[in-house]
Amino acid sequence: MHCSCVWSSRALSPALLPRLLSHAGCWAPGTRPRGIWSSPRRLASAVETTQPIPLPSQARVVICGGGIVGTSVAYHLAKLGWTEIVLLEQGRLGAGTTRLCAGIVSVAKPISIECKMADYSNSLYEHLEEETGVKTGYVKTGSLCLAQNQDRFLSLKRLASRLNVMGIPCNVIKPKEVSKLHPLVNIHDLVGALHLPGDAVVSPPDVNHALATAAAGHGVQIHERTTVNHVMMEKGHVTAVETDRGAIECEYFVNCAGQWAYELGQASETKVSVPLHGCEHFYLLSKPLPEPLQPSTPVVMDMDGRIYVRAWQGGVLSGGFEKNPKPIFTEGRNQLEIQTMQEDWDHFEPMLSALLRRMPELEVCEIQQLVNCPESFTPDMRCLMGETPGVHGYFVLAGMNASGLAFAGGAGKYLAEWMTYGYPTANVWPLDIKRFGNLQSSRTFLRHRVMEVMPLLYNLKVPRWDFQTGRQLRTSPLYDRLDTQGARWMEKHGFERAKYFIPAGKDLLSLDASKTFYKPDWFDIVGAEVKCCKEAVCVIDMSSFTKFELTSTDDQALALLQHLCANDLDVPVGHIVHTGMLNERGGYENDCSVVRVKKNSFFIISPTDQQVHCWSWLKKHMPDDPQLHLEDVSWKYTALNLIGPRAMDVLGELSYVSMTPEHFPSLFCKEMSVGYANGIRVMSMTHTGEPGFMLYIPIEYALHVYNEVMSVGQKYGIRNAGYYALRSLRIEKFFAFWGQDLDPFTTPLECGREFRVKFDTDIDFLGRASLLHQRQEGVSRRFIMLVLEDHDTELDLWPWWGEPIYRNGELCGTTTSSAYSYTLERHVCLGFVSPPSLDGSPAAVTPDFINRGDYEVDIAGQRYPAKAKLYPFSSLFAQQRRRKDEMELSNFQGK
Amino acid sequence: MPVTSQLFRGFPRAKLWGSSLFPCQRQLPCCPTSHRPTSSQLHPIWPTAMPVRGYRRSPDLHSYNLTPPQVNSILKANEYSFKVPEFDGKNVSSVMGFDSNQLPANAPIEDRRSAATCLQTRGMLLGVFDGHAGCACAQALSERLFYYVAMSLMPHETLCELEAAVEAGRPLSPILQWHKHPNDYFTREAQTMYFNSLRTYWQELIDLSSPGESLGPREALLSAFKRLDSDLSLEAQVGDANSFLHYWVLRVAFSGATACVAHIDGSDLYVANTGDGRAVLGVQEEDGSFSAHTLSNDHNAQNENEVARIQGEHPPSEKKTVVRQDRLLGLLMPFRAFGDVKFKWSIDLQRGVLESGPDQLHDNEHTKFIPPNYHTPPYLTAEPEITHHRLRPQDRFLVLGTDGLWETLHRQEVVRIVGEYLTGVHQRQPLTVGGYHVTLGQMQGLLAERKARASLAFQDQNAATHLIRHAVGNNEFGAVDHETLSKMLSLPEELARMYRDDITIIITQFNPHVVGHQGTWT
Repeated sequence: MHCSCVWSSRALSPALLPRLLSHAGCWAPGTRPRGIWSSPRRLASAVETTQPIPLPSQARVVICGGGIVGTSVAYHLAKLGWTEIVLLEQGRLGAGTTRLCAGIVSVAKPISIECKMADYSNSLYEHLEEETGVKTGYVKTGSLCLAQNQDRFLSLKRLASRLNVMGIPCNVIKPKEVSKLHPLVNIHDLVGALHLPGDAVVSPPDVNHALATAAAGHGVQIHERTTVNHVMMEKGHVTAVETDRGAIECEYFVNCAGQWAYELGQASETKVSVPLHGCEHFYLLSKPLPEPLQPSTPVVMDMDGRIYVRAWQGGVLSGGFEKNPKPIFTEGRNQLEIQTMQEDWDHFEPMLSALLRRMPELEVCEIQQLVNCPESFTPDMRCLMGETPGVHGYFVLAGMNASGLAFAGGAGKYLAEWMTYGYPTANVWPLDIKRFGNLQSSRTFLRHRVMEVMPLLYNLKVPRWDFQTGRQLRTSPLYDRLDTQGARWMEKHGFERAKYFIPAGKDLLSLDASKTFYKPDWFDIVGAEVKCCKEAVCVIDMSSFTKFELTSTDDQALALLQHLCANDLDVPVGHIVHTGMLNERGGYENDCSVVRVKKNSFFIISPTDQQVHCWSWLKKHMPDDPQLHLEDVSWKYTALNLIGPRAMDVLGELSYVSMTPEHFPSLFCKEMSVGYANGIRVMSMTHTGEPGFMLYIPIEYALHVYNEVMSVGQKYGIRNAGYYALRSLRIEKFFAFWGQDLDPFTTPLECGREFRVKFDTDIDFLGRASLLHQRQEGVSRRFIMLVLEDHDTELDLWPWWGEPIYRNGELCGTTTSSAYSYTLERHVCLGFVSPPSLDGSPAAVTPDFINRGDYEVDIAGQRYPAKAKLYPFSSLFAQQRRRKDEMELSNFQGK
Repeated sequence: MPVTSQLFRGFPRAKLWGSSLFPCQRQLPCCPTSHRPTSSQLHPIWPTAMPVRGYRRSPDLHSYNLTPPQVNSILKANEYSFKVPEFDGKNVSSVMGFDSNQLPANAPIEDRRSAATCLQTRGMLLGVFDGHAGCACAQALSERLFYYVAMSLMPHETLCELEAAVEAGRPLSPILQWHKHPNDYFTREAQTMYFNSLRTYWQELIDLSSPGESLGPREALLSAFKRLDSDLSLEAQVGDANSFLHYWVLRVAFSGATACVAHIDGSDLYVANTGDGRAVLGVQEEDGSFSAHTLSNDHNAQNENEVARIQGEHPPSEKKTVVRQDRLLGLLMPFRAFGDVKFKWSIDLQRGVLESGPDQLHDNEHTKFIPPNYHTPPYLTAEPEITHHRLRPQDRFLVLGTDGLWETLHRQEVVRIVGEYLTGVHQRQPLTVGGYHVTLGQMQGLLAERKARASLAFQDQNAATHLIRHAVGNNEFGAVDHETLSKMLSLPEELARMYRDDITIIITQFNPHVVGHQGTWT
């Protein structure tokens, strides 16, 4: 083969070269080609060699998996200058899902980081042929997302808004225009469509082959027919990889094993949790149409019909994501091999009907084949990326949710950056494998959840949808009590949390059924809960929060926290400190409340989904000191949030202690008795800015304390409230939440939290240098609050998150969260804005930029004027003596 | 067979002309449903005297239709399923479980069913019983026959232990584990009498056997059948001080019932049949299709051997009268049955017993009725024909059914329906395109058709229910038709019997991984 020059001669013996090339993404001669991407060029040169070259005894990185994901990681690592990269594939390169997948690269993805990855993949594949000389079958066909109803059309318009922010071209078009772009589409039942002109189709095994060729050219050693048995570890570090052909010592291991990634994770010494599960996925190949379909015909995604269609060799390739998926490989990789997957026409029937409804002319078209191509799915429909929490050097990139081809380029790039710089160049928290823990690793859970996830790919996703499967895993001891009182539940990190409480007598069924982009049916219910929080007192069960205890014999605990936290932790015992844990760049790795319980003992409260990430962050920076002890006590405490002006009366009555601000000022923690129960940690904070207390109750007392609180609280008008009320309260007061508003790329200065940074000390905390630098330069993006005006709550679309923000007609940022403020009777959106860059370098935000500008928020293409604010409305804070740092908001620096 | 059954469709399909001697009464335990005494007013008892009714699907008969859920609730009212654990800690079971169901045509239903696991010996017993002239005899069989079989199977030592336990007043170790539907009831009042009769039987078994001995399944079944029938007869002759019980034993003896019983132990399947119930094995061929293998002979006029047997047992002068119009003495359809002492006792005995019986008897005209040409009793026996079959892996299931099933569906059809149901959609020949030229449109049509067929099977969780759905609802084209089903099921009680018989079905599924892989018994 003429391209042998690009293969590393060090890695591959000349004898192996033709074999590798011939089999990349292909099949052995003589066997029935099940892959659909036959290309005679490579078949002809097929030569079997009997002597595989020996494995190296050591390497820097070992990548397991020669599919598109693994080769992309290898390619990008090599591009970033890594050497001694070994890629192992148990079969042939690109022989798994990659070989069989449909080859569509589309940017129509549910979240922005995914759109970004797909966009990058697209441009990578586009230029791959140029770079490697390997044909990739790349055709920029564009794609059409069809809408059969108004709600779908709205979701497409929202997608269009998001893509606009990223500068990805897209057009919302009328049905008539669809038929101009595609000769076969029946438009009679369409209300509109989204045209994505940049989308493309490729031949996946060829892309795989090209990436492998390029990687090999950069020195990556590729070994086929080599199975990784397990990964060896020592003291929490990867040390070697054990294969069926011997061991390879290495520093880094990347699990890109696709369908088998879960099992491979389970097979290592310290089990690594890779929560994904396979499902069968079917698509149909037709013979050429009487009038062959042009290769450049746009891809059609008819999500309401649950199908996609692309041109394929003059005919069509059409698959879909059915309502009743068939999970496979639950018992692991036993008899079933990807190669022997059965076609199941009966299962495909709904999709075939949808296809013929969309393109009736295909009726006369002959069938070529029905392909069964298993795909792996994750519990939340997002891929798994990053370093695993327990093991240094063990990286994962898998669980592509049927978008492996679209994501592989971008995801491979991010992972390579992660391994190189310690973190990717974009916020990938939504994809970070540390959002999951062992608790999502049950096979039964995964099997049930992926049956919900796969149809969800094409389901209409309205704001605030919740997963229905795999629920009630973690619950508070009060779960049953709350449930009987009408609680409606959502789930976070496996934990059930009440959204709101349906008052007795309301029609429960109708409440749960309706899903909408407009005003939701719980509007008045949550309104009543908010009102009660403002005027009387409410109880919210907040047990799901992550809780750690850090203790030491001497001041090691304080020293560690002073290093990790931006705020000063050297406070008197009993004080609560809100602080971020920042990375080197000054960005938030975590945002938490730390209580100094004893001199050398700290109680750390973090968001629910920080359980794995924060643990791993703390562990990573903990000195190896037996005197320093970190414990996850999340399960030990039930947390009740008593919000409202009468909270102090309720607690006062239960403890015979005065709870007035004079005696119990804000942001203090006392261990006291409540009812009969002693040792309750009472904290004067509510995570909402409202007066009240958090009660951390050892779980065996939970029911008692709850009952006491409810019975004493009766005369103060106490009621249960849920997270929706909490959300409305915190957003109207401009409180940012980690994971929604704050991410590893946001610094305290950007969100007006300079007052929570110990600049006045000379303690060198993590991120200090970056923050000092940023303080010097000024921030180029700023967290602001936007109050929507001229927005009809009843009739207009509600904001959600991810909406573009315009200033004087110019795009300047996006929202990160939003809620209706019952107090302001307006919608409040929180988000980041940045001024347009001058001559390439980012410009600093000035007060004028915020205060003197006409802001608008774009909801599904419709712009609503908004008032931008840097500070919350002080009138929202209750008339209560406030602690200094609650009051003292960042002295905004305009330079 | 189908031809004759078509013929009979025109007539009231009572097994016995003249029908019930002792009309069921509401307070009796065997009559849970409300009862209307229709049968006792039935005067013209000769077939020729009956007006020939229209064909079964006369549309003007029905004024209303049932909805699919109503149809389902009727069909499923009596369904029962039992799953046998593959390994119960002692043995692997060749039976995976069974589905059973029954659909009444008589009011109350005269069919009965039983299923039980033998606890003192190995194996499982399953049986269907089709009563005539009332339900009493079938009821007694369903409660008692399996105990007789279980006793017959027990080795000498076990019987001795049992006797010793009763003697000493110790609790008995259970003999049978019943698998009953809540509607399968038992006659509480008669239990003591039943027990005494059973005890006499096992005492005789003890006397007749010696240590280390037990009857083989064939002898055990034979002995149990004959013994129970003779006990029914004796109990009626002896009577009881309790007038209710006295009346009950007479009702049992003067009514009749057929029995078709299977005993399954590992790979050994024995079928004992008395009457016109039937046991059919579903055999899966190598190509996946199912064929029927019948394990019993019907004892009725369609069976030449039976006709010859009966004619041979009576003097040549009776040759013309003993079987008339395909009925025994022109009256009884099954040629073997339990009870039916009117065909077994001498005329004197019948008169004697009836005269000393309770007063209720005298209100009934039929009590005095003696079958015509009744010269050399007995004309009827309960002796079963016994078949042994060694189960093979391809033997997938056994269908036991009363004649109500077999006269509506051919056995081959029965086996096909059950086989396709049990193997389900998965086992259906998967569609492959192969090298054929199939267009997307053709495929869509084909799939829609398959889907329609499959959805029918999904309605039923019980194979017996599924079979009844076909038996009752099949239209002229052999497909279940809701309209037909709805019409057949909404027939008023007094008409239902004209169009269909009680149907009782037990479908037993075998575990192909167990049968055929067990060592031969020693």
